[in-house]
Amino acid sequence: MNRRTSWIFVVVIVLISVAGAFFVYPNNKFLPQLEKLSPWKLGLDLVGGSHLIYKIDFEKVPDNQRSDTASGLRDTIERRVNAFGVREPQVTISQAAGDYYLNVDLAGISDLTQAINEIGSTPYLEFSEEEVSGTSTVFKSTGLTGKYLTGSKLDFNQTTGQPQVALEFNDEGAKLFEQITERNVGKRVAIVIDRTIISDPVVNEKISGGKAVITSPTFTIQLARSLAQNLSYGALPAPINLINQQTVGASLGKDSLNKSILAGIIGTILVMLFMIIYYRFFGFLASIALIIYAILSLTVFKFFVTMSLAGIAGFLLSIGMAVDANVLIFERTKEELRRGLSRTSAIKEGFKRAWPSIRDSNVSTIITCLILYNLTSSFVKGLALTLLLGVVVSLFTAITVTRNLMAVSVKDKTQ
Amino acid sequence: MNIIGHKSIYLSISSVLVLVSVVLIAVFGFRPGIDFTGGTLWQIKVDNPQAGESAVRDTFLNLGAKEAIVYRELTSQSYLTKLPNLSEADHQKYLSALKEKFGQVEELKFETIGPTVGDQLRSRAIWAIVLVLLGISLYIAFAFRKASYPVQSWKYGIATLIALAHDVIIPSGVIVALGHWKGTELDTNFVVALLVIMGFSVHDTIVVFDRIRENLLTRKGSKTFSEIVNDSVVQTLARSINTSLTLVLVLVAMLIFGAPTLKLFVLIMLIGVIFGTYSSIFIASPILTIWHRFGKSK
Repeated sequence: MNRRTSWIFVVVIVLISVAGAFFVYPNNKFLPQLEKLSPWKLGLDLVGGSHLIYKIDFEKVPDNQRSDTASGLRDTIERRVNAFGVREPQVTISQAAGDYYLNVDLAGISDLTQAINEIGSTPYLEFSEEEVSGTSTVFKSTGLTGKYLTGSKLDFNQTTGQPQVALEFNDEGAKLFEQITERNVGKRVAIVIDRTIISDPVVNEKISGGKAVITSPTFTIQLARSLAQNLSYGALPAPINLINQQTVGASLGKDSLNKSILAGIIGTILVMLFMIIYYRFFGFLASIALIIYAILSLTVFKFFVTMSLAGIAGFLLSIGMAVDANVLIFERTKEELRRGLSRTSAIKEGFKRAWPSIRDSNVSTIITCLILYNLTSSFVKGLALTLLLGVVVSLFTAITVTRNLMAVSVKDKTQ
Repeated sequence: MNIIGHKSIYLSISSVLVLVSVVLIAVFGFRPGIDFTGGTLWQIKVDNPQAGESAVRDTFLNLGAKEAIVYRELTSQSYLTKLPNLSEADHQKYLSALKEKFGQVEELKFETIGPTVGDQLRSRAIWAIVLVLLGISLYIAFAFRKASYPVQSWKYGIATLIALAHDVIIPSGVIVALGHWKGTELDTNFVVALLVIMGFSVHDTIVVFDRIRENLLTRKGSKTFSEIVNDSVVQTLARSINTSLTLVLVLVAMLIFGAPTLKLFVLIMLIGVIFGTYSSIFIASPILTIWHRFGKSK
């Protein structure tokens, strides 16, 4: 590479880095458009929020319908979460060892308790019929559940004026309801919500048309209204149980973020000071490459990565490693200088001979990151991802950027 | 500098440390945290000066908690409590009881992990360790596939793995000791730290071994094998120390100024990186020479 192309390269990379610096700087007042382009995405552990894992109870759902039911459930929960105004909620389904889990991420919400309660209180509606077992009669599920509802609303009994909840089924549900009422004439059919019998009226005749009402002596207008709302917002197709919860308060999250940024800045300055003190001018060039490294990786992160605390930790570790390639190259160059080579040839030799070690030593970190990324839960994934991206970006900055910086600034003395 | 000549000193120091760690692990065992056993970790900030560890604990026990461990976290002036798996209803019940008793209560963190998730995390952690070990072993075999006389390539591989075991066992001993005397629990972060250390450990050792191979190829002649290994270690000494030192500087900054949640992770990484550098200089290469001499005398 001749000096001219090196100069062009250096100018271009510096311009890109300056633009990148403006882009990654949080809450940039000069260029608010940049902020809109792709704002920083921060994880729950930094802005405060909740990560909830529910286990889906699929006891009553046949195997072949489970994945469909799970995605229906996901949509229902997402609608509910959206309804109480969470910024960018994330609702996903995961599967492990034959069980299905519902993962809900709620970020930056002021009243988490209420949100959790509302998700948890989403009613699971089910119709049950009598079954004689031995001397007692028990209620047994009919398979008609909230899944078949198209709507529900607050209503009043025309004769008593009592509040009640009117239900409307879809075609399939209407057919089921017709069959259930047909075979249970003269018997009781129970309306069960979250495993509690709300009412168990006696069926007088077969009911067609897909309409039913829930009445209960305990209903107040308010109770009936909220039940109707909950049912229509999302009667869950299968019950869910909260088995896992990680909540980080907003103040702790902010504190973690600020402390990590401070530690990162101090760490970077220490690394730069060390490089400059030990390697002098070469160390100064490596420090410039390190700053370019930090800006370029942060730019990549800002576009593609949701930063969690673990992600920041991975990035900080990568800062400590980013100059490793420089150390290997400079040590090698020093050796070549001692052997009597001219400065430019020593640098050339240094890069060439250090490369196998640089490549080999980074591969093991890349292997670890890939395995961690594929095998662990979301929090660790963040660390694996930023460390991996960091290693890749640092190979570019520590080698290509440093090489060009050296090419434009180092001359042989005799020339 | 004669590092290989004094190898018995360095190997003894490491053997003692590894032995102590193994004994600690065998006697005390790991203290698995809620990540692996299930349970609840709750960090709360109470401004009321009348509150104390025991007052907070009693509040929970009076409400029917089977067991409650409460201690004070000094940096954020909050209480860290560990409870058996807590339902959301109980969580709210305990919270309102605390508010009633002490006034202003801020929840910094609430984490509850069901036993099934704990099992999952544990089996994933074990899988991750197995796969990383396998991946790294395969990689070492690949990297040293071109053997150079007089050391067969698999010997480089075994020496690298011995150094790796050394780098992982010592931090494990430290966490077991911390667990026994300070109540520190082993969480997912610890496993991640160990895995990242594995990557670094190999990183350092490969740099030294690359140089040994190179020197064996170019400097065959009057020098003995031990001398060549010693030269290689001395030639790469500055880069072994400097590459780790830059990481140590960042880790120290994180330990002093960084987020308290990550302190244990950073501490384990720091210990692993320091011993990883030590082992690449004072363990891995000496093992090669012992092997060589042993092979010759047969």
